[in-house]
Amino acid sequence: MNRETLCQCYRLMLLIRSAEEKIGDWVERGEARCPCHLYIGQEAIAVGVGTAMRAGDTLWGNHRSHGHYLAREASLTGLFAEILGKATGCAHGRGGSMHLIAKDQGILGTVPIVAATIPLAVGAALASSLRRDGCVSVAFFGDGATEEGHFHESLNLAAVYKLPVIFVCENNQYASHLHWSERRPAANLHEVGSLYRIPGICLDGNDVEAVHEASLRAMERARAGAGPSFLECRTYRWRGHVGPRWDIDVGLKRRDELHDWLARCPIRRAKERLRKLGVTEAELSAIEQSVQDSIAQAEAEARAAPWPDEGELLHHVYCAAAPLDLPWFMPSIREAA
Amino acid sequence: MRELSYAAAIREAHQQLLSEDDRVFVIGQGLWSPWYVGNTMTDLEKEFGRNRIIDCPVSENATTGAAVGAALSGMRPIVVHPRMDFMTLAVDPIVNQAANWSYLFAGQIGVPLVVRPIINRGGEQGAQHSQALQAFFMHVPGVKVVMPATPEDAKGLLVAAVYDGNPVLYIDDRWLYGITGPVPRHMYMTPLGVAAVRRRGNDITVVASSYMVQVALHAADRLKEQGIEAEVIDLRTIKPWDKDTVCNSVIKTGRLLVADGTWATGGVAAEIVAAVVSRVFRHLKAAPVRVCLPDTPAPTSRTLEQAYYPNANTIATAASWLVRSDPSIHDHRPTAELPGRIVFD
Ligand SMILES: Cc1ncc(C[n+]2csc(CCOP(=O)(O)OP(=O)(O)O)c2C)c(N)n1
Ligand SMILES: [Mg+2]
Repeated sequence: MNRETLCQCYRLMLLIRSAEEKIGDWVERGEARCPCHLYIGQEAIAVGVGTAMRAGDTLWGNHRSHGHYLAREASLTGLFAEILGKATGCAHGRGGSMHLIAKDQGILGTVPIVAATIPLAVGAALASSLRRDGCVSVAFFGDGATEEGHFHESLNLAAVYKLPVIFVCENNQYASHLHWSERRPAANLHEVGSLYRIPGICLDGNDVEAVHEASLRAMERARAGAGPSFLECRTYRWRGHVGPRWDIDVGLKRRDELHDWLARCPIRRAKERLRKLGVTEAELSAIEQSVQDSIAQAEAEARAAPWPDEGELLHHVYCAAAPLDLPWFMPSIREAA
Repeated sequence: MRELSYAAAIREAHQQLLSEDDRVFVIGQGLWSPWYVGNTMTDLEKEFGRNRIIDCPVSENATTGAAVGAALSGMRPIVVHPRMDFMTLAVDPIVNQAANWSYLFAGQIGVPLVVRPIINRGGEQGAQHSQALQAFFMHVPGVKVVMPATPEDAKGLLVAAVYDGNPVLYIDDRWLYGITGPVPRHMYMTPLGVAAVRRRGNDITVVASSYMVQVALHAADRLKEQGIEAEVIDLRTIKPWDKDTVCNSVIKTGRLLVADGTWATGGVAAEIVAAVVSRVFRHLKAAPVRVCLPDTPAPTSRTLEQAYYPNANTIATAASWLVRSDPSIHDHRPTAELPGRIVFD
């Protein structure tokens, strides 16, 4: 990875980390009340994949999607305001932390029903393939999501129609309180696509360069019409399943593991690489300062924003914003409308 | 009598069922977790082993389907879904399979299955983590649906559900977990399909289930201050529901308000109003009223959430409008002061 790209990755990972530490403080103080599933420790995956995406590509997330959203450079104020429940949030206070949207960045909605967006990502790829628009869709999901039927059906569908979708499995070893070994017979998730002839690889999910390069290859394959790929990114959830607490309450084994994984911090690794590439301390602190400035500004904006008006509770059950987008060859209906 | 919390009563029912009957086992997500299902299952895996208290992969469809198969094979499974929303991934085994099996095979084989979805709302959790979908399942022939409102029934209805011999949805609500009340120590059954009159009154019949019973009882206290005596009926089972008890009360009071914790359209309250109107129309002094959720998904932001869930004030206001035949009842829109939906049309 070149210097510029790695600097960008470093900045984005730091932005995700700092934003989530801020969100964690709000949760602790009761200012943020919606359930917040923090991404701390997993930043290299969203950023490695996100920086390999292009305009027009779509991203599909889950309950733990602050990182996915920020990796695509969606509005930080929109995220903060949403989590605080403000009217200027990305979902106007209807969704909270678990329901994020940033249409301009290709994020058409992230939702917390486990595995729910995997078939949606396949559908976005189906649309791209029908339109031949050269776009790719990316499905982010956890190791737990591979236990749902949705996941297996989606793999087959994507494979049989050679759809341009990339399945990014963020294997953080846990689904809430259960370790993978209590849920699966073997640590072989990357092999899951083999029955469907979907190439799968197992990556160090804390190595942003490795994730980025593997994503680029998968994107190329998808854009060339060769079909889906599966990336298993091994990582670790530092904090609790939900909320900011350090996840040391799941047992002793977990405590030892956490210690090892803290030593493999994806952000520190990127920083060390940058130093080796000759990036100066002054350049690094400039990046860090710019991140802190963005956080401070977004927090101030989100706090100053108004609450949603309770009179709007009944709005948006049906979408009035969707334009009546009739094809050109139906003029009579167009005029009637 | 000894008092227990609603959550502890659920745990005690499981504990006694598991020790009395080898055929009973429990499967679902979060059963070994200290918080996932409140304290309704705490340490049961230590007492009965992880082979009978099965905390499982994130596989609602497969676990529920497996429970149907185990029930057909002679076991008495209880499937837990820590949120009712997640159970939508398991609709096939419940609606197509368990519900139809007895009829399909002319009653030669039943499905003695309990499915226990938990309603877990509020706290700015939003549309996919707040749903109360009892009306969906009430619609389906072949499934029974119970919704306990008190600790005593939380225990007795679970035992009765396990021994009913048919698929029973046992729906509990986390907003009730902390309430306490008398619970007999021995194992007992609360009969399915029998309502309980929780408070006597002559001016209006208020029918509710689950958490809304507690809200209705608070509302009845406020109504008493205004000189209105409400009779509060706890349905306990919403399918099959106790038409006789409800209709006898309406014959006495002439007025009906149904409070239900889900949406109005196609909901539980609509079913009750329809049946009562058909049966005892000539005894009604006024058109029945429903207090339900507004027909929108659950919002997150606190300002919207505060206007969403009906409370005792909503029920008391609707009831006093009804008793006085006050026309302002037509204009209700949800607000933080009067949240939820009062349906008069
Ligand atoms: C269908 C469904 N079942 C259960 C849940 C509850 N739940 C939320 S997150 C989660 C764990 C998911 O684990 P994984 O997919 O590995 O993602 P992670 O939380 O580790 O990022 C579960 C079981 C849910 N949201 N949706
Ligand atoms: Mg996981």
